[in-house]
Amino acid sequence: MIVYILCFILFIVGLYGVVTKRNLIKIIIGLAIMEYSVNLFLILIGYVNNGTAPILPVPDALKNKPFVDPLPQAMILTAIVIGLATTALLLSIAIRLYRKYGTFDIRKINSLKG
Amino acid sequence: MNSLIPLFVIVPLGSAFLMAILGRFIKGFGKFLTSFGLLFLTGLSLYFIFNSQGTLVYKVGGFEASAGIPVAIYMVIDGLSKLLLLIIALIGFLSAFYSISYTKQYTAERKFYILFCLMIAGMNGIVISGDIFNMYVFLEIAAIASYALVAFGVEKEQLEASFKYQVLGGVASLLILMSIGFIYWQTGTLNIADISTQLPTSGAFIKFVSILFIVGFGLKAAIFPFHSWLPDAHSSAPSPISAMLSGVLIKAIGIYVIFRLFFNMFPISYEIAMTITILGTLSMLIGVLLAIGQWDVKRLLAYHSISQMGYVILGVGIGMVVLSKGGDKTIAAFSILGGLYHLINHSAFKALLFLNAGAVEYRTGTRNLKRLGGISQKMPVTSATSFGAAMAISGIPPFNGFFSKLIIIIAAVQAKFYLLAFFAVFVSIVTLASFLKVQKYTFSGKLKPAWEKIKEVPFSMAFSMIILAGLCLVLSLLVIPGIRDIVLKPAVDVLLNTIQYTTTVLGK
Repeated sequence: MIVYILCFILFIVGLYGVVTKRNLIKIIIGLAIMEYSVNLFLILIGYVNNGTAPILPVPDALKNKPFVDPLPQAMILTAIVIGLATTALLLSIAIRLYRKYGTFDIRKINSLKG
Repeated sequence: MNSLIPLFVIVPLGSAFLMAILGRFIKGFGKFLTSFGLLFLTGLSLYFIFNSQGTLVYKVGGFEASAGIPVAIYMVIDGLSKLLLLIIALIGFLSAFYSISYTKQYTAERKFYILFCLMIAGMNGIVISGDIFNMYVFLEIAAIASYALVAFGVEKEQLEASFKYQVLGGVASLLILMSIGFIYWQTGTLNIADISTQLPTSGAFIKFVSILFIVGFGLKAAIFPFHSWLPDAHSSAPSPISAMLSGVLIKAIGIYVIFRLFFNMFPISYEIAMTITILGTLSMLIGVLLAIGQWDVKRLLAYHSISQMGYVILGVGIGMVVLSKGGDKTIAAFSILGGLYHLINHSAFKALLFLNAGAVEYRTGTRNLKRLGGISQKMPVTSATSFGAAMAISGIPPFNGFFSKLIIIIAAVQAKFYLLAFFAVFVSIVTLASFLKVQKYTFSGKLKPAWEKIKEVPFSMAFSMIILAGLCLVLSLLVIPGIRDIVLKPAVDVLLNTIQYTTTVLGK
């Protein structure tokens, strides 16, 4: 149970970063932390205590032993790739923003209002 | 016919791939392929609407269910999906055709069309996916393509809008992924039909996950109070993309998924139904009140998107409340019909309004209402189509918006939600006021000297606008019972008979 609570705390840390930080790069780091916590959460769902790898056909040494759920792991691989794409796009936009405004401070990037 | 279903994803995805490789060598390849592919998809979705009955299921890889547990990735087409697929393909085609002239001002035209096709592929994927995790993957494809398209102009405003959109969209995606994790934890499956048989019928878990989903998809659909990114993103994007974002994207990746999950996956509960209805009413009111003070045309239109989406949610939400209380099914059906009808209508007239705003900006270079004036003499086609769209969105007969709003209001009165019916009428009047303002400041009055030399937009832009203006009139015909039964009734039935989706998809 304690792992789930720690995982949730990690999510809150990321959300805190996104909500309160003024620096574009720190906001992106906050999003990345949130993403890691969600990935960790999905991995924890599939985890089984003392579980082995899910291999078919089952080798003799692993017979009658519990195995971890492989589906969340496959999901996480997809989610990590998607996360990579979003982070890369966010960083490239942040670089372009820096060139236009000369700052990473979100309070000074405010041409849209109303 | 079932084997044709994957074409909805393959065609746009394949065209994006071909454009990335061949577009470098063949001039104009992207423009041609995007328009042609989307025209093909329009025809295919019309074929599905008129020639197929009930629910069609395609299992990717051909894996059959083993011991009653679905193994493969399911692609499902039913009445509701067909409707959304038609809207995506048709509005997509008209926006792509419009872009042929519009994108001449950009240097990287090829990349524009690649991202456009990826966005279409993502939206089609969400609509036909019968699997909650694949829905997330396609949602991210559509969302990432739209982030890049919003920033396509790489000016100050576009970049800032895209950054805001990405941060809020990223948080929404993570909330959705987390709730998918919770669902998997509870049920051990990802197939929507299978999940609905495994979920407990009530309890704290269902409420918690429902709220997570509403926040996640509410952020994507820009429902109040999650709407703050929409006016920036939709007004900064290139105009054909604004038309796609407002006309299709918020429906396909936000509203559609909310309806699908809360009608067909979760057991219907009164609290959640009321939450959705109240959020819809609030976005309807707040959107229009924020819109009326705007002087930037596209920003004003973007706020109206929030407000009009409120109508759709209100219509379907009232139906959901009636269903959850076990009330009269005909009232629920009527109300849901109004909501879905307004969804179709909104995609036609809001796409047209954004294309009009784009046409005005293309010739004059400004979106500020105070600087425009009297250009109807110089741009008669734009002016006439814009007038039609403005009348449609404000609910003036015989345009389509009138009939769908009327159905929603009658349904609200029948269901004894008198206050909501009053709000719907009130918002319609304020909408009319704000569009009279747009018409007055943009098109009528004396021609300002700065705009003496402008002329009408090129053929491809005018063509798309005329077709959409025609649609605004033709869609009124959907109230006639014979046509309504073919197009709208299957979609209403999907939402009304909540259990039927599960039984037909699982084949039990």
